Amino acid sequence: MTDPKIALPKIALKGVRKQFGPKKVLNGIDLEVGKGESLVVIGGSGTGKSVMLKCILGLLAPDAGSIMVDGVETTKLRTREREKLLHKFGMLFQGAALFDSLKVWENVAFGLIQGEHMPRAQAKEIAIAKLGAVGLSPDVAELSPAELSGGMQKRVGLARAIADEPEIIFFDEPTTGLDPIMADVINELIVQCVKDLGATAVTITHDMASARKIADRVAMIYEGRIIWTGHAGDIDHSGNAHVDQFVHGRAEGPIKMQVRAL
Amino acid sequence: MDRTRAPTPRRGCRCTNAKSKDDRSAHRCYDRIAPTNLNKDAGRLMGFLAATGRAFLIFLEATGRLALFTGSALSHCVRPPLYPRQILRQMIDIGYYSLPVVGLTALFTGMVLALQSYSGFSRFQAEGAIATVVVLSVTRELGPVLAGLMVAGRIGAAMAAEIGTMRVTEQIDALSTLSTNPHKYLVAPRLIAGLTMLPLLVIVADVIGVFGGFLVGVYRLDFNAASYINRTWEFLQPVDVISGLVKAAIFGFLIALMGCYHGYHSKGGAQGVGAATTNAVVSASILILVWNYLITGIFFSTK
Repeated sequence: MTDPKIALPKIALKGVRKQFGPKKVLNGIDLEVGKGESLVVIGGSGTGKSVMLKCILGLLAPDAGSIMVDGVETTKLRTREREKLLHKFGMLFQGAALFDSLKVWENVAFGLIQGEHMPRAQAKEIAIAKLGAVGLSPDVAELSPAELSGGMQKRVGLARAIADEPEIIFFDEPTTGLDPIMADVINELIVQCVKDLGATAVTITHDMASARKIADRVAMIYEGRIIWTGHAGDIDHSGNAHVDQFVHGRAEGPIKMQVRAL
Repeated sequence: MDRTRAPTPRRGCRCTNAKSKDDRSAHRCYDRIAPTNLNKDAGRLMGFLAATGRAFLIFLEATGRLALFTGSALSHCVRPPLYPRQILRQMIDIGYYSLPVVGLTALFTGMVLALQSYSGFSRFQAEGAIATVVVLSVTRELGPVLAGLMVAGRIGAAMAAEIGTMRVTEQIDALSTLSTNPHKYLVAPRLIAGLTMLPLLVIVADVIGVFGGFLVGVYRLDFNAASYINRTWEFLQPVDVISGLVKAAIFGFLIALMGCYHGYHSKGGAQGVGAATTNAVVSASILILVWNYLITGIFFSTK
């Protein structure tokens, strides 16, 4: 682990477990994400993808296991230290999770104003610049999030995630609920933003088109474990029946869906 | 629960969720009893005991969670940074926009109090005490309690719905990822606003309530205006008003606390938020009535 020849992974998970009541959601996750790498975690609904992200962010406390960010154990952090650590992170939520009581620019500038105590005027300038970076014009800034379409909300969410230039960005199903063209626009933006910031990115998705576009490396999660990792190019010949079934979207295969005939 | 299962030889928790020794002590389990060859009555008794114990454990868990929530929220009320914009917004919401409903409640309470005590007191020729009865009842009891209940319906519900929606749409998680503590940003401003605004509302309610009594006394029951006002002041002591304001502050705190707590812990979608709203209003109302008794006891009990 401390071998100096191997670069320190940005994020390293070891044996992370989390269960809700009798339901084991994470069953010993082992995963490493290198610095500046874009990892895409694929897996079906309810396989623990979101829970894993929330454990890394500390929104949920794992029952067991270790989560290291930049070589620092994060599972035992106190509130203050955790807040400091979260400065490194940005996250795009599945439903964008914009604050509907605030205007669009206030949403984008939120981390700057509240987290870094920047003056509002200065934060507004940055917010408008970031909105420009995701292809939104300055007049959108004064609208309220409820007035925007789903695709625009996602873009605002992306602008908010990159506003205070985080080292690590999480994307929670960035293309879910968007039409294919808007999905591709968002994918392009993600690739662009991650490259511009030089950030480490972790994306969870079940949209294979998105995964192919964003990923340097792909990991597949199944029944609370990482069952396969490999380069994005190897995904079509992974040699793993589960991955193969998922990538090609077949109903027949080792992964059984819980469906019952009526 | 399957009561016909053979008993497992393990000691401690026997529930099947526990696979290992460590796991057994760590996981939460309310099904600690799996009786078997006992006869039917004993089985039924055990079932009853298990259910009682389970309910009790759930109650303790909820109490503990509420205590932790309260402690954390209170500590954020006094530790900087505070969020003045949020506090101001909540103060306007609670203080200013509740004025009409609280004012109307107080006005009619004062009026009906004068009317009721007149018809009651005239049976033993004590009509002269009406002004005193009105001012004491309003300042000590009805002002804070009725204002509290009205605000619980208005504000407690709104808080639970707003925070609950933020919870289910991941906005609270988003706050955390933007390095903002949700307790500090969402809960503390509401607690501060509730604690400070309710006493102000109750001062207004006291004045309007007494004025309602005055209106009925003078224009309906033909009291002399000057002597009604004299009678109002004659027996009024500072402690009457102060006790009412202390009550109001505590009620305001309880309303905001219940609204935030239930909203913060709501789960599921629209249904969860609806349940949170109901729970916030019901629990705030009951707590107001209970604490009203306790505070009255502290201020006025002579024994």
